[in-house]
Amino acid sequence: MTTPDISIKLAGIPMKNPVMVASGTFGYGPEYAPLVDLAKLGALVVKGISPEPWRGNPTPRTVEVASGLINAIGLQNPGAEGFLRDYLPFLRKFDVPVIVNIWGRTIEGYAAVAARLSQAEGIAALELNVSCPNIKEGSKSFGSNADMFKRVVAATRAVTKLPLIPKLAPDVFRIGEFARIAEAEGADALAITNSVPAMAIDIETRRPKLANVTGGLSGPAIRPIAVRLVWEAAKAVKIPIIGIGGIYSAADALEFFIAGASAVAVGTANFLEPTTALTVADGLRDYLARHKLGSIHELVGTLAC
Amino acid sequence: MQLETVSIIEHRDYGAGYRLLRLAAPQIAPQVRPGQFVHVRIPRLEASVLRRPFSVFKAENGELTLLYKSVGHGTSVLAVAAPGEIVSLIGPLGNGFPLDLPADRTPVLVAGGYGMAALYLLARRLPQKGVVFAGGRSTQDVLCVEDFEALGWKVHIATQDGSRGVRGLVTGPFDAWLAEHRTNLAPEFFACGPNAMLQEIGARAIAGGWRAWLSVDRHMGCGVGACLTCVVKLQDTDGTWFWARSCKEGPVFEARQIRWNGEDDEA
Ligand SMILES: Cc1cc2nc3c(=O)[nH]c(=O)nc-3n(C[C@H](O)[C@H](O)[C@H](O)COP(=O)(O)OP(=O)(O)OC[C@H]3O[C@@H](n4cnc5c(N)ncnc54)[C@H](O)[C@@H]3O)c2cc1C
Ligand SMILES: Cc1cc2nc3c(=O)[nH]c(=O)nc-3n(C[C@H](O)[C@H](O)[C@H](O)COP(=O)(O)O)c2cc1C
Ligand code: FES
Repeated sequence: MTTPDISIKLAGIPMKNPVMVASGTFGYGPEYAPLVDLAKLGALVVKGISPEPWRGNPTPRTVEVASGLINAIGLQNPGAEGFLRDYLPFLRKFDVPVIVNIWGRTIEGYAAVAARLSQAEGIAALELNVSCPNIKEGSKSFGSNADMFKRVVAATRAVTKLPLIPKLAPDVFRIGEFARIAEAEGADALAITNSVPAMAIDIETRRPKLANVTGGLSGPAIRPIAVRLVWEAAKAVKIPIIGIGGIYSAADALEFFIAGASAVAVGTANFLEPTTALTVADGLRDYLARHKLGSIHELVGTLAC
Repeated sequence: MQLETVSIIEHRDYGAGYRLLRLAAPQIAPQVRPGQFVHVRIPRLEASVLRRPFSVFKAENGELTLLYKSVGHGTSVLAVAAPGEIVSLIGPLGNGFPLDLPADRTPVLVAGGYGMAALYLLARRLPQKGVVFAGGRSTQDVLCVEDFEALGWKVHIATQDGSRGVRGLVTGPFDAWLAEHRTNLAPEFFACGPNAMLQEIGARAIAGGWRAWLSVDRHMGCGVGACLTCVVKLQDTDGTWFWARSCKEGPVFEARQIRWNGEDDEA
């Protein structure tokens, strides 16, 4: 039997395999390049970029909890110009689609960074991080308010021809509603999901373990939550979904495909094992062969229930 | 920097509550410079999503030796790993201490806790001999004294309970030595230990016009510069500050670079 084909085309982007690395867990490329062949990744999603450089939160910024990590990095980044100057030239040397995760503190901020990055050569798509507060409108998160979410997707859609991938927040009442809004506003794919709002307390000092008090939980602890969100969203829309949340192995990734994801991204697992995305891709190939499936497409959304 | 799967050759108590872990690491060991560290995936550490950072005590003959204390979940699980077991390492990481010390300088090492293990390789690799100041709560916390003495270095000890050396903080014997030698020697400081100690040593270096290389201890996520967990505030030339990653640009910084006492510095 021929080896199964795990290459995909997602939002028009050809990928060698459907396993990407998730924003904020793989830096901007050079950090892991000595350890991982970047050209073997399905795609590389860089850490969130805002219009201007941003310092992020005070320390401590992360805390390990049972089967997870809570982070409150606070979106520290070099800004659009810094990214284009210091990192994109490096990334362009590798044969790998580069997806830039973007965020703003206002709707205008999102549009500004999307417009600026769209002028650059070598960016395959923009991923919209909506899990951050709107400083103009009462610090409500862009990702948990349907009206604001609609406006931010529309505003970025209006300024870019690049494939647009809104990343849906997990802390919403009905994910299907957000998925439909994104699709209606012209999103090309969805990323599901971001880290889950969480906190941890030092019981001796009665102080929060993170300087920011709260943060986002990622890792194995959130995988069942993310699988459910992908399943719900996949029922609501036709655009492809990138499943994200606690993926450490091919078995973990397969749950997402079966639930309806067309691709996956590996996040926190990179910290423990930087080559996780590559071993997940290999495991997918083995699974397809074992189940006599010719391609990954034959598996997507095949949950029997 | 690379990933290497290594096996445990030796794992035993080393005194002062520390354990020695000797690993066959033919790829990483020859690359290690003093002050660098390795990020260790502790075998059979369930429900844990991070590696643990450890300084390198010795790196020779394709082997790496670490000295560590069991202080929590990860190090307690590590403590029961047996010879022959496989451990995954990422390393060497960080910038390490500068080794290009002018010949007329006297290296002055100051350590607390695992700092003695982190500074030993420096003593070993520096061309000139110097002095070491070791501090701890009690004799139970003072590590590696004999290792430094075997290299011909003079070790000054201070313990808070007076159970070994001078009673009090390490800055006691350090200041006494400095007062005696500041006119006839040109010291350069290298320190690894609690933040309060690093700050004290740094302040003396700045006041005296000497250099102090301080190895800071920050919690780490990725260890390779990707996650921005381990950041330290550094002084910018224009009076403002910026974040540096202690896993990448550090963990060693010169005293003048670090901005202590920020409202958000770790205790
Ligand atoms: C550059 C560097 C070099 C180090 N070298 C040594 C060494 O040579 N010998 C030695 O005994 N220890 C060393 N440490 C400290 C060592 O990393 C911690 O003792 C260890 O991570 C504790 O893990 P745990 O799971 O047992 O503790 P827990 O408290 O259960 O760990 C919880 C989390 O906090 C982190 N953490 C806890 N204490 C520290 C600490 N002091 N520094 C950084 N992270 C911490 C852990 O890595 C883990 O992510 C070094 C730390 C750094 C940053
Ligand atoms: C340290 C860290 C930083 C992150 N930074 C970003 C970011 O800048 N933008 C973003 O959209 N998601 C960010 N994320 C979320 C991840 O991309 C991912 O959605 C989440 O961690 C869940 O996947 P995982 O469980 O595989 O890590 C970050 C996650 C971590 C752990
Ligand atoms: S530990 Fe991740 S950047 Fe330093």
